[in-house]
Amino acid sequence: MSYSTINRLTPYIFLAPAVVVMAIALLYPLIYMVFGSFRAWDPSQTIGEAEFAGFANYIALWHDPNFHESLIVTLKFAFSVVSLEMLIGVGLALLLDRSLRGMSVLRTLFILPMMIAPVVVGLIWRYMYHPSIGIFNQTLESIGLGSIDWLGKHALMSVIIADIWQWTPFIFILALAALQSLPRSALEAARIDGASGWQQIIYIKLPLMMPVLIVTCLLRLIDAFKVLEVILVMTEGGPGLSTEILALRISRTATEFRELGVAAAMANYLLILLLMLTVVMLAYNKLQEIKEARIKALIKEEGI
Amino acid sequence: MPKIQLDGLTKRFDDIEVLHSINLEMSDAEFTVLVGPSGCGKSTTLRMIAGLETVSAGEIYIDDRPISHLEPKDRDLAMVFQDYALYPHMNVANNMSFALRLQKRPRKEIDARVREVADMLGLTPYLHRKPAELSGGQRQRVAMGRALTRDSSTFLFDEPLSNLDAKLRTQMRAELALMRQRVHKNMIYVTHDQIEAMTLADRIVVMHDGHIQQQGAPEELYKNPVNKFVAGFLGTPPMNFLHATIESQGDFTYLTGDGFSLRCDAPTLQRLANYTAGEICIGIRPSDLVFDPHADVTTSLSLRVDIAEYIGAQSVLICHCGKQKVMVELKSDTPITLGKQLTFSMALEDLHLFNPSNELAIPRLVDVEATRLIKKTGGNYV
Ligand SMILES: Nc1ncnc2c1ncn2[C@@H]1O[C@H](COP(=O)(O)OP(=O)(O)O)[C@@H](O)[C@H]1O
Ligand SMILES: [Mg+2]
Repeated sequence: MSYSTINRLTPYIFLAPAVVVMAIALLYPLIYMVFGSFRAWDPSQTIGEAEFAGFANYIALWHDPNFHESLIVTLKFAFSVVSLEMLIGVGLALLLDRSLRGMSVLRTLFILPMMIAPVVVGLIWRYMYHPSIGIFNQTLESIGLGSIDWLGKHALMSVIIADIWQWTPFIFILALAALQSLPRSALEAARIDGASGWQQIIYIKLPLMMPVLIVTCLLRLIDAFKVLEVILVMTEGGPGLSTEILALRISRTATEFRELGVAAAMANYLLILLLMLTVVMLAYNKLQEIKEARIKALIKEEGI
Repeated sequence: MPKIQLDGLTKRFDDIEVLHSINLEMSDAEFTVLVGPSGCGKSTTLRMIAGLETVSAGEIYIDDRPISHLEPKDRDLAMVFQDYALYPHMNVANNMSFALRLQKRPRKEIDARVREVADMLGLTPYLHRKPAELSGGQRQRVAMGRALTRDSSTFLFDEPLSNLDAKLRTQMRAELALMRQRVHKNMIYVTHDQIEAMTLADRIVVMHDGHIQQQGAPEELYKNPVNKFVAGFLGTPPMNFLHATIESQGDFTYLTGDGFSLRCDAPTLQRLANYTAGEICIGIRPSDLVFDPHADVTTSLSLRVDIAEYIGAQSVLICHCGKQKVMVELKSDTPITLGKQLTFSMALEDLHLFNPSNELAIPRLVDVEATRLIKKTGGNYV
């Protein structure tokens, strides 16, 4: 082998261990799942013993009202948490983007919820929502407003609130970073041009933050579709199917209903949904790159 | 068009005072240039006028109305920033019309105004481009256009040309001078470049370390700097400073230093009549030195020429007079030999004299007369 061949191969040799790990840890289970989703598969069987069932699992799911219900809950959950988190996170960032005394402490406090393990978050909120000893109902009753059936009638709203509490900080820090990297002088120019605080936000700050916000939003959306632990700990999907998001239903289908094939097919549906979101995000990034490349080409062409 | 007045304007960042009680008056439609080395507080002054920095003490008056409590948008001024500060997501037309759109002016009026200014600045072909798609010079024009579209009574410029390359800077400087003739507004222009200051200004304000050193017409400041700093700051190549002692020998008084001894004539003696110290600092403009092999030793310097920098019609000689460096500016066709000791004469009335202990100028007698006259007629001379 010549030196140049070795040189050319070097990067791939260095990459090889990572590729092997990826293949085992990521691709193998994925292929296993896709493979399994075409079988009528019971946990007592090995995958080899399971009978091939074609698209039966997928078709059954397509017509299964419980799956529809779960999908709708998931969509409701994901879109409400992400839109509310975006609203609150960006709002907070706009509010706290100034240099006041103690601001850095305040910012650190805001980020804390994100650092707590989801299971712990679930437990904390479950106790706070407790019908009789929970802090919310105790407070409401002590000021004479009567109690709310948090994890019963309003279960979906309650898990949404918990998720907002945990994940708003994620959007907050990204939005704050975006804000602080905005060109200062452009904002000053806007002030001189006569823009009020609101007008600066609407006409200058938000449009300039938009690329970061869009990617943040998509990332959060992908994450929200996969949420499991917090809801599992808080409601276990109940009451009824009211908070049974897809991840939870997949896990229950596999363990309680003992239908591994159906669970795998459901997981694949979710995967397709997430892939679509990811593709949108990548396409958006690509679009930005193309735009930049076009500008560069234009500038080169004119020799300016 | 307003009169702008700074009264004891002071700025502190935390506990550090960077502007020390600035007093300044800018009259109607005047082009005022604040000039000084980097960090002397020019931008801070301008930004306080604009309302982008708070005022620590003192007051800013526009037409005798205090304005330091007003928001920038309520001060009726436009500003051009050093880095242009264009809105990256808006095209040129929208950048220029932003202020008018905020004022909810009629669409037709806005379009007409943008087209007029774009025409004037040669921006018409680029109206639909984003700032990122423009060259540095074009961006600079857009920044200028954005200020012009607003039609406010006062224009502020913070080193608008300093991000351009030398050639473009010269070109834009000329365009600014042209624009200045067409637009009769108050303009306050900040720069560290004394050539920009000299060429553009009706009135130059020289700043140093948060103090105003001197203000007046460019010619006035060039001819009669009040101290060593102003003398050294204005003019290229800069003024030469030579250290000397005042010595009496027989009937004559000499200014003697390392490698020269100048005999004082009657006006110079008069000029020094009230000066009691024995040491003095002599300032000579490089262009005031004339190559003259036959000059009298009492009115000339003997210089060893180290380097000749050819810049076209003129050359700058870098010489030594004893141990002190001296620059001479003369016509390039003057026959000069490098490394030789040559004689350069000067007129004694061209000399600038400074007190080395406080660096203040010792004025010529005519200037003292002129000052009295100017003060009586209300002109500006600090
Ligand atoms: N935001 C700030 N905080 C602290 N010091 C500042 C700030 N802005 C300017 N300064 C200081 O004030 C002085 C004057 O600055 P500036 O007005 O920008 O000078 P220039 O004449 O170069 O425009 C400098 O010493 C600078 O370090
Ligand atoms: Mg500056």
